[in-house]
Amino acid sequence: MSEPASPTYPDEDEATEEAASSDRSTESQPTTGAEATVAALEAAGVEHVFGVQGGAIMPVYDALYDSDVTHVTMAHEQGAAHAADAYGQVTGEPGVCMATSGPGATNLVTGIADANMDSDPLVALTGQVPTDFVGNDAFQETDTIGITRPITKTNYFASDSDTVGDTVSEAFSLARTGRQGPTLVDLPKDVSNGETDAGVAEPDEEEAPPAAEPAAVEVAAEAVAEAERPLILSGGGVTKGEASEEVRAFATEYGIPVATTMPGIGTFPEDHELCLSWAGMHGTGYANMAISHTDCLIAVGTRFDDRLTGGVETFAPGAKVVHVDIDPAEISKNVHADYPLIGDAATVLEQLDEAMPAAPDAEAWRGRCQDWKREYPLTYDTPDDEPLKPQFVVEALDEMTDDDAIVTTGVGQHQMWAAQFWTYTEPRTYVSSHGLGTMGYGLPAAIGAKVAAPDREVVCFDGDGSFLMTMQGLSVAVRDSLDITVVVLNNRAIGMVRQWQDAFFEGRRMASEYPWIPDFETLAEAFGARGFTLREYDDVANVLEEAMEYDGPSVVDAHIDPAENVYPMVPSGGDNARFALSEDQL
Amino acid sequence: MSQGSEGPAPVGPGPDQREMPAGRRSSQGIRVDPQVEATHESRRTVLSALVYHEPGVLAEVSGLVSRRQFNIESLTVGSTTNPETARITLVIEEPEPGVRQVERQLEKLQPVISVRELGDDAVRRELVVLKVHGDNPDEVNAITRMYDGTTLDAGPRTITVQITGDEQKIDDAIDAFRQFDIRELARTGQTALSRGDEWTTDAEEERYEQMRQEQAATDDDD
Ligand SMILES: Cc1ncc(C[n+]2csc(CCOP(=O)(O)OP(=O)(O)O)c2C)c(N)n1
Repeated sequence: MSEPASPTYPDEDEATEEAASSDRSTESQPTTGAEATVAALEAAGVEHVFGVQGGAIMPVYDALYDSDVTHVTMAHEQGAAHAADAYGQVTGEPGVCMATSGPGATNLVTGIADANMDSDPLVALTGQVPTDFVGNDAFQETDTIGITRPITKTNYFASDSDTVGDTVSEAFSLARTGRQGPTLVDLPKDVSNGETDAGVAEPDEEEAPPAAEPAAVEVAAEAVAEAERPLILSGGGVTKGEASEEVRAFATEYGIPVATTMPGIGTFPEDHELCLSWAGMHGTGYANMAISHTDCLIAVGTRFDDRLTGGVETFAPGAKVVHVDIDPAEISKNVHADYPLIGDAATVLEQLDEAMPAAPDAEAWRGRCQDWKREYPLTYDTPDDEPLKPQFVVEALDEMTDDDAIVTTGVGQHQMWAAQFWTYTEPRTYVSSHGLGTMGYGLPAAIGAKVAAPDREVVCFDGDGSFLMTMQGLSVAVRDSLDITVVVLNNRAIGMVRQWQDAFFEGRRMASEYPWIPDFETLAEAFGARGFTLREYDDVANVLEEAMEYDGPSVVDAHIDPAENVYPMVPSGGDNARFALSEDQL
Repeated sequence: MSQGSEGPAPVGPGPDQREMPAGRRSSQGIRVDPQVEATHESRRTVLSALVYHEPGVLAEVSGLVSRRQFNIESLTVGSTTNPETARITLVIEEPEPGVRQVERQLEKLQPVISVRELGDDAVRRELVVLKVHGDNPDEVNAITRMYDGTTLDAGPRTITVQITGDEQKIDDAIDAFRQFDIRELARTGQTALSRGDEWTTDAEEERYEQMRQEQAATDDDD
């Protein structure tokens, strides 16, 4: 091993002497930049961090040694970032991940980019070579600040042991306020090791959440009241802004149907009469019909991603758009907002509620939405001569788990089935990689979710391809006895790609079939987890029950029909109203 | 035995049989309303951003411009009255929604204090340094004077001059100098302030007053 920068801890005797001569208690007063970093995390209420050790970050790890913060050692830094991201998705407070310089930091990058796309609160701490070495291509030096600039809300190069604690506090507070997102602090080793007696500032007073211009609310409320076909589109910002109650109250008081985006899943209970579930590429036919026909779209906390809108030319083409968002830059970025309401989702919805002159007269519209629900239910067939269908497995597990169970996913077909066939009734229960679509998110996310919510059931639906990308995380789950259940919907393929090849590339299945997939049951057992293989309908209930009952990590390798595809589908850039229910409708 | 196991699953009309909504949006996401202009033409405009003078700020701004594919003509950066801040002047060419996007995305950057689009009457200046062949010094001098320019260097083989002015004037001057065979030129890009009494960006007045008060306080001490 050739770690270049040999640890340059302050001379021990000197440090002790200084501590002894100082009036302040050494327990609460940091003596190094690293201790100030950890003290800042403690002051922010951090209980867990996820990471991997390494040369440049060693001083910070050393400071964790005496801290109450629990460190979860991950098998790979990408997993650390995803685990922290999921922790943030479940708790609403930033998850913290840490890694050393160079490869440690670059391994975090995917997870940071993921958090950035989904506005998930995350703080990343990376080690860096000592300040004097920066720019010299030192061992394990990368320009972490440069690399992560476009994928963080902001990032900081810590330049001074006396201010590093404040920098970490600021990074933390920025990650959790306004539009949430990832921040990063790059910590050169000399700054971590450097002596300081600077205390850590108390976290700032919470500012009142921003409200929208009253005059703008007024006109928007009038537009909603006058609408004949109003529709609420509840996005991830509703989850982030804890505005789920307000959406429920507003929708039920005024009888307005609700569709969600994928990150908005659970913000409105899917078993509610007014709920149309989620819209977009693989969303429900009825949500997409409603979006296409609405004359007033009340979009809350959504950035109108192309997977939601399809082609913007045909997106909600007759709708006046009321757009509630905390980020002014989202207003009219992709879809023009006729009534922009910039502010905190919960606050603005309350304002809107108070300003409503009357309820819209939408009875006929509600009826139409119900008709669409009847015409386009999510269904699948289970013929006797075909292998196990994934949708059946999802529904079976949903039935045997609590309402607050957390589902995490990889990316691909299985992710869509987990979103379609599980009935979500609470926010923060569908924890996924939306904007970046990161295969491999599922297992580390399940670890982060379980650490965040040890008393809730945590299930990961994974694809065989996705699972192979981060399954080394099983070692973490086994070591820490994390009671999670991974259900691999195994189709021996990277199925989503295979589906597109069949539909749009004349069935030329280039690099999408995985006939050499390992035996996941044996693999799970080799890690020390419980492994199961599932092939028959008759075994579904038993196997899932056994896996759920096992007090520790378990993996169910569910051999599903490799020919099964995800429908409905709006082809990329297509018209939402023209969703296809099968390949021949594409 | 699917969810619709009682008989065939009810399935509504296929894509071609469905009732389709009326209306359409432009590629900019604006509802096409026959009454209203739904597509905006590109226009050239100047944005001024007051930023914290700190490492990385230029990289943040230029990175934002490139990754969001904003159409930018020039970007200049320089110091201000306050040592803590710098001014970045951007000339962009975007349709209306794009101009607003640049403005709002810039405002989101942590080191950016405030951003403003300057009006058409803003005072804008640009500088060009031109190096031409030195064969006709008198004629070069005449053109330089016509454009209120300055000769920076004159040698047997080359003459280097400087012209300042608005974009149009610089364009014209370059055209006029072409007859001498321009060997090299360097343009600074535009920098600008709002005209008259008006502050260029919102945060500026506040910062100015603050500085004045601090100044007054130190003067009193003396
Ligand atoms: C890291 C990464 N690489 C590649 C892709 C492109 N991609 C999207 S879905 C998909 C297939 C995923 O396969 P699998 O995890 O087995 O899930 P399935 O679709 O079969 O359910 C691929 C390769 C991606 N989203 N993420």
